[in-house]
Amino acid sequence: MTRRQLLRHSAWFGAAVVLTVAGGEVISQVADAQNPAPAVDDPTALRFVQISDSHLGFKGSANSAVEDSFAHAIKQVNALPYRPDFVAHTGDLTHLSTPAQFDQVKQMMSELKTGQVFTVPGEHDSIDDGGQKYRQTFGAGTQGDGWRSFDAGGVHFIALVNTVSLEKLGHLGPDQVEFVRKDVAGLSSDTPIVVFSHVPLFAMYPAWGWGTDDAVQVLSLLRRFASVTCLNGHVHQLFTKTEGNVTFHSATTTAYPLPKPGDGPAPKPLVLPAGKLGDALGIREVAYHKGSQALAIKDVRLA
Amino acid sequence: MRKLKYTKGIWVAAVAVVGLLGLSACSAPSAAPAASSQSTVDSGMTGMSMAPSGTAGQSTSAQAGAAATNSVAIKDFAFAPATVTVPVGTTVTWTNSDQDPHTVTATESGSPLRSPTMNNGATYKYTFTKAGRYDYLCTIHPFMTGTVVVTP
Repeated sequence: MTRRQLLRHSAWFGAAVVLTVAGGEVISQVADAQNPAPAVDDPTALRFVQISDSHLGFKGSANSAVEDSFAHAIKQVNALPYRPDFVAHTGDLTHLSTPAQFDQVKQMMSELKTGQVFTVPGEHDSIDDGGQKYRQTFGAGTQGDGWRSFDAGGVHFIALVNTVSLEKLGHLGPDQVEFVRKDVAGLSSDTPIVVFSHVPLFAMYPAWGWGTDDAVQVLSLLRRFASVTCLNGHVHQLFTKTEGNVTFHSATTTAYPLPKPGDGPAPKPLVLPAGKLGDALGIREVAYHKGSQALAIKDVRLA
Repeated sequence: MRKLKYTKGIWVAAVAVVGLLGLSACSAPSAAPAASSQSTVDSGMTGMSMAPSGTAGQSTSAQAGAAATNSVAIKDFAFAPATVTVPVGTTVTWTNSDQDPHTVTATESGSPLRSPTMNNGATYKYTFTKAGRYDYLCTIHPFMTGTVVVTP
C-alpha cells in the first residue's frame, strides 16, 4: 500500500453513513439509532436544510450553468412537504466575491420559503477584502468576521468563520475561540450542539487545505456536551466521520464535484460524463426530535 | 507514476514552506517595501521560463550561480518554483495556467504583494525594491504557498 493509498484508506475509514436509495433520490441517510425512521417526516421535529458551495459566477466545463443548478436547489427546498425552520448555506456562495455575484446570490436566496436564512462565508467569498463584501451582504446580526450563535428547537447552533484569516488551512483565530468559550459557558451539557463552518473542522485532507488548524481549541470546549454535530461544506462531496462525542458531516455542493481526497494532483473541478452531474449535487435535510441523542440527516440529490 | 511523483512534490514543497515560515518569524523584514507593481492579463504569453529545478527546499545560496528565475508558474494548484531568489530591482511575473482562479497574496499584512483575482492566462508582475523574504499564498487555496527571497 502506498502512502497515498494509506491516507485515502484512513480518511475514509470510520465513515458511518447509511447508504440508502429510495426513489433514486436519497444519497445517504444517518438516522438516530433510537428512531430509525427519518425525523424529517416528523412534524414536531426541528427541521432545517443545509445547502453549500453554490459558486455563483463559476464558468467551466464541470458545470456550465451553476446559476441554474442553484435555482434548482432552491426550487427543491421550496417543494419539500414541510417548511424548513431555517436554511443554512455553508459558504462559497459566490465564486469570485464580486459585487454582482453577491447581489445575485442574495436575490436568489430571498426566494427560499423558510423561516430564516443563515450563512457562513467560504474562501471564495473573501478573496480580496477579508470578507468585507460578504459581511455587507450577509453579516447582519453577526460578530467579528461574521460568526454567530442562535437557539432553535432545543438545539444550540454556532456558525463559525474559518476562511478569513490567511493560513494554510482553515483558521478560526483566538477571538472566535473566545467567542465560543463564552457562548457555551452557561449551557447544560445535555444541550445538543450543531456547528456550521465552511472548511471541515476535522482533518479530512490537509494537503488540500481540507482541515482547520486550530479546530481542536473549539472542539475541546464542546467535549463536555453529549451530542455535537459539525456540518461543513468546502469539499463538494459527502463524508461522515465520528470522533468521540462529535460527528462531522461534509455536505455536497450545488455547483460541481471535486475529486475524492488525494485522487489526482489537486482539488480541481471534476468534469463528469454527460448526464451524471445531477447525481453529484444535492441538498441536505436535517431534523432533530427533542429527547433524541443525534440528528437525523438525509442527503438528497438535485432531482 | 507521474501522479505519484507529483504528489511527492507537493509534500516536499509543503515541508519546505513550513520550514521557511518558521524561519521568517525571526528574519522577515516588517517594513513594507515601497515597490511598484502592476498586473496585466495576457493570455497569449509565450516562452515562460520554467524553474531550473523543482527543489524548493534547497538553500538559497545554491541558486546564486544559476540564472535568476523571475517567473513563477501557477499550475496544478501550486507555485513553481515554490521559492525564487532574485536580486533587488527584479520584476517577478506569476502566470496562472490553471482553469481555476488564484491569487498571489502576501501572508504578512501590510505588504503590497497582492494580486487581483487571476483567471486562466492572467499574469501578475511585482517589482521588488527592498531585500528580504516575502512569503505569499493563494487566498482561494491557501495550501498553495510560495516565497520570494530578495537579495541586496
